Amino acid sequence: MKKQRPVNLDLNTIKFPPSAISSILHRVTGVAMFFALLFVIWAWAASLGSEQGFNDVQAIMDGFIGKFVALGTVSALTYHILGGIRHGIMDMGYWEELESGNLSANIIIGIWIVLTLILGVALW
Amino acid sequence: MVTNQASMKRNGIQDWVSLRATALIIALYSFYIAFVFFTAPTLTYPIWQGIFASMFMKVFTFAALVSIMLHVRIGLWQVLTDYVKPAGLRAGIQYVLNLIAFAYVAVGLFVLWGV
Repeated sequence: MKKQRPVNLDLNTIKFPPSAISSILHRVTGVAMFFALLFVIWAWAASLGSEQGFNDVQAIMDGFIGKFVALGTVSALTYHILGGIRHGIMDMGYWEELESGNLSANIIIGIWIVLTLILGVALW
Repeated sequence: MVTNQASMKRNGIQDWVSLRATALIIALYSFYIAFVFFTAPTLTYPIWQGIFASMFMKVFTFAALVSIMLHVRIGLWQVLTDYVKPAGLRAGIQYVLNLIAFAYVAVGLFVLWGV
């Protein structure tokens, strides 16, 4: 390998474009939801199993941890669906250029943050 | 089209279509559940059970769980092939994760059976 290539170690001058952030968020939220399903399916199964189980789950969902996990899970799902819709539109040939791709990425990230805030306020 | 030994007879088009077909079902189910939560009166145990007692809801829920299993099979494979390079380790992780995904479906089936 040639050693005399220019090297840029000034990390402050390097940043991911919005489309890259959108891509990594899609992956992170997808993997996160896979593991969140452990909690979701457990809570769903327990709440349908018996009246006692239902009350237990309801008590957990009223507490901080339950609300925190619920917010995280629904927020991840919200992003993943928004990103999925963007992917679907890109499948049809739109938003594939540098400018439109970054703009649409910024817009869905914006919508996601707003929806997450609304959900957080609604839960607490 | 690349369907060689290395890809274990899978092909990209099938994955591409499956990912989107299952995504549609999961998204529709998510919207429906959100709709149920918004429109339901204060949830009590009988109301909660009643929601999942209908055949429509049982089938929809089961379809969503199977879709999640298929969706995750492709999605986690995509992520793992990018970040976990040793083939043996990746195969092991995929084996465990796909087993968990199957367990989600199995739990769902037995829970729905009992409602």
